[in-house]
Amino acid sequence: MNTSKYLEASRPILAVLAAFLLGGVLIIAIGKNPVEIYGKMFSMTLGTGYGVGQVLFRATPLVLTGLAVALPFKAGLFNIGGEGQAAVGTIVCAAIGAALSPSLSPMLAIPIGLIAAMLGGASWASIIALLKTRFGVSEVITSIMLNFTAYALVGYLIAYQFGIEGTMRTVEISRGAFMPRLDALTGLFPRSPVNLSLFLALALATAVYAVVYKTKYGYELRAVGLNLEAARYAGINTNFHMVVSLIAAGALAGLVGANYVMGYKHYYEAGGVNGVGFLGIAVAMLVNSHPLWILASALLFGLLDYGGLTINADVSKEIFLVVQAAVILFVIASQKAFKQME
Amino acid sequence: MSPTAIEFKGITKRFGDFYANRSVSFSVERGSIHAVVGENGAGKSTLMKILYGLYRPDAGDLVINGEKRRIASPAHAIELGIGMVHQHFMLVEPLTVVENIMLGDEPVKNRVLIDRQKAVVRLFELSEKFGLSISPYETVESLSVGLQQRVEILKLLYRDATILILDEPTAVLTPIETEQLFKTLKSLAKVGNTILIITHKLDEVLRLADRVSVMRQGELIDTLPAASATKETLARLMVGRDVLLNVEKNDARPNDEILSIKNITYTDAKGVKRLDGLSLSVRAGEIYGIAGVEGNGQSELLKLLWGMPEEGATVSGSVAFSGTPILGKTPREIAALGVSHVPEDRLKYAVINSFSISDNIIFGRHYERDFLSVVGFNLKKLWAFCAEMLSLFDVRSAKGVSPSERIGNLSGGNQQKVVTARELTRPNLKLLILAQPTRGVDIGAIEFIHRKVIDARDKNIAVLLISAELSEIISLADRIGCIYKGAIRKEFSQTEVAKRRETPNEFEKQLGQFIT
Repeated sequence: MNTSKYLEASRPILAVLAAFLLGGVLIIAIGKNPVEIYGKMFSMTLGTGYGVGQVLFRATPLVLTGLAVALPFKAGLFNIGGEGQAAVGTIVCAAIGAALSPSLSPMLAIPIGLIAAMLGGASWASIIALLKTRFGVSEVITSIMLNFTAYALVGYLIAYQFGIEGTMRTVEISRGAFMPRLDALTGLFPRSPVNLSLFLALALATAVYAVVYKTKYGYELRAVGLNLEAARYAGINTNFHMVVSLIAAGALAGLVGANYVMGYKHYYEAGGVNGVGFLGIAVAMLVNSHPLWILASALLFGLLDYGGLTINADVSKEIFLVVQAAVILFVIASQKAFKQME
Repeated sequence: MSPTAIEFKGITKRFGDFYANRSVSFSVERGSIHAVVGENGAGKSTLMKILYGLYRPDAGDLVINGEKRRIASPAHAIELGIGMVHQHFMLVEPLTVVENIMLGDEPVKNRVLIDRQKAVVRLFELSEKFGLSISPYETVESLSVGLQQRVEILKLLYRDATILILDEPTAVLTPIETEQLFKTLKSLAKVGNTILIITHKLDEVLRLADRVSVMRQGELIDTLPAASATKETLARLMVGRDVLLNVEKNDARPNDEILSIKNITYTDAKGVKRLDGLSLSVRAGEIYGIAGVEGNGQSELLKLLWGMPEEGATVSGSVAFSGTPILGKTPREIAALGVSHVPEDRLKYAVINSFSISDNIIFGRHYERDFLSVVGFNLKKLWAFCAEMLSLFDVRSAKGVSPSERIGNLSGGNQQKVVTARELTRPNLKLLILAQPTRGVDIGAIEFIHRKVIDARDKNIAVLLISAELSEIISLADRIGCIYKGAIRKEFSQTEVAKRRETPNEFEKQLGQFIT
């Protein structure tokens, strides 16, 4: 009983190790020394303040998009639309941020920017929610299609509406809406872009956990996800939970814009947040959509993401994409294998 | 050939620390009908799965037709002449009868082409030999459940099976179909086939079987000739104590009408009329039983009463609860009036398998103020309530029950006790709707649940009972309506029911005539 509990807990770790081993084999295959390469990667990511800051910065949006998958997942919905929700949230954040008066106090400007990002993502997700509950269209299909729609819409808005002519970026947002960086506040993680959004993401993961597992709302939400028919029999308004969880997910994904625009670039450059939505699916799936474990999962992906860059000169970044993919595959395969052993 | 078809010799099967079978030994004579009875979790299914090659025993031997065998797979079992009809049929519904029967064993001509004609000829031979008529070119989905089961049996005969295992074969049959099945099984046995039947219906065991093996908690308690057994002795062997098969009760003293259903018609989205002018009324302090074969509109009636008609269905007529119309209300609004509902399919509609017992015991009542705190649940009150219910309703589990245990770990009967506890203790309860309240529930627990239902009636609660088990209807109901094709075809008044209950077997036959 107890030993199997430990095995259960160590399963993701074993899977990650196995994935690194596979990466090592690949590194050997291209004629490099894996010990050296991994050594360099770990010292440049976890060994310096700047490296840690980069990892945290990259993990921040993944926490948000991971939660954007996890929350609807608890209601039995598969939100693949984090990508589009993040893009729309980011453009709304950039547009509103740019429209604010430069003299506006951060005490007002930052909340306005955050709300703009959330509203952008939430509105995009509400389309999915509407189609799902009104017409019964699968959220998987609509959320995928809306990703491409969002790419196009955002591209258009950057090129023709909010952009600087001749570039593919928006104008800079009001200084008041800049999200303070941690190195400016504390001196930690010097020069890295990690900013206060990190704490926002941490707080949101905790909040999502508390809502899902400790409240009546979360109890109903989980019931909807686990047994839709029984939830209806129990008098639960299942459509309400689907709509709310999807819209909340959109708001979470939209906040990616806060990290990127308000905390890092201060404008939106086309393609700047591409990929985080898809990666968020992996982040959530890796830990069975548990809101707190998503923090660990996002850190791992942040590490792999930045780790790949640090050794780019020696080994192509694609090797690390293989390791990323291998982590997912190994974790999923080990889940099945353990089930069979039982 | 040896006169013994199957011999189980000290079969033991463990799952972790749990013994599903512990040195089970008995033998089955060739050409006999042998019943295996026992409560849920007694190990009947495990034993049959071992015989059918789905599990390997940890210890013990199987002797088939005098030879010791290790059965590696169902394919191997079929090779040895052992076939199984599962409780849930393994048929491909859109395919025809003959396609289903030859599936996996198709005759071919010119090496590649399926020789359907050959299969049809063989099917006719078998049909004639065993008196199992069937039309080969009809699709299985268009057949009645009884005929589908016949296809399953023919499938086995087609593969030359001589040992037939049937798992709860009468669970889904009408009384007439059951009679036909029994005739078939007896004639199959007469020509030398061996029938092993798993069941929990003791009446049927006594009528059908030559010998009975009783299992309890993984062990074989006794094997005895059916002729020398009675329902009471079998029940005692199964449960390990005396069981009251028919709960005693006083005459009902009905009061005001609580539920009034008038001339309800329900047409589903496909345009099929499921309820056709159904009317009935239930008064406070009485149990109204609806007897009927499944699929005659019971499910639709339940959905309607609970405010959940399917999308696209059209409904006419009226349903009133103490004078308040309830058609169009949501489940929550209906529950708020003082209505409880134990749905027919517990796992699908009444519990969340991976939730804890305490989460399930408030499921559907979780918005009652007593269970809530400012943001979440009032865990202290919730646990106290749960603990009280668990002891009041005698919910048990192997390791000593606790509110935090997953409800999925409980046996079906204990899960049903949790659901019953939840629904019977709803504040301000006036009407209790019970659908198949003891399906899949052990005999011991049935007695308990029946007792609780009668107690509720005696507290002036109106009870609407829907059950496919006629014996359950007869032992519980004060008035009985026979449902057939969406309408109450015949109603028995309280005095009629009281009188006829004295001869339950006669009464069962009588009811049977009105529901088919």
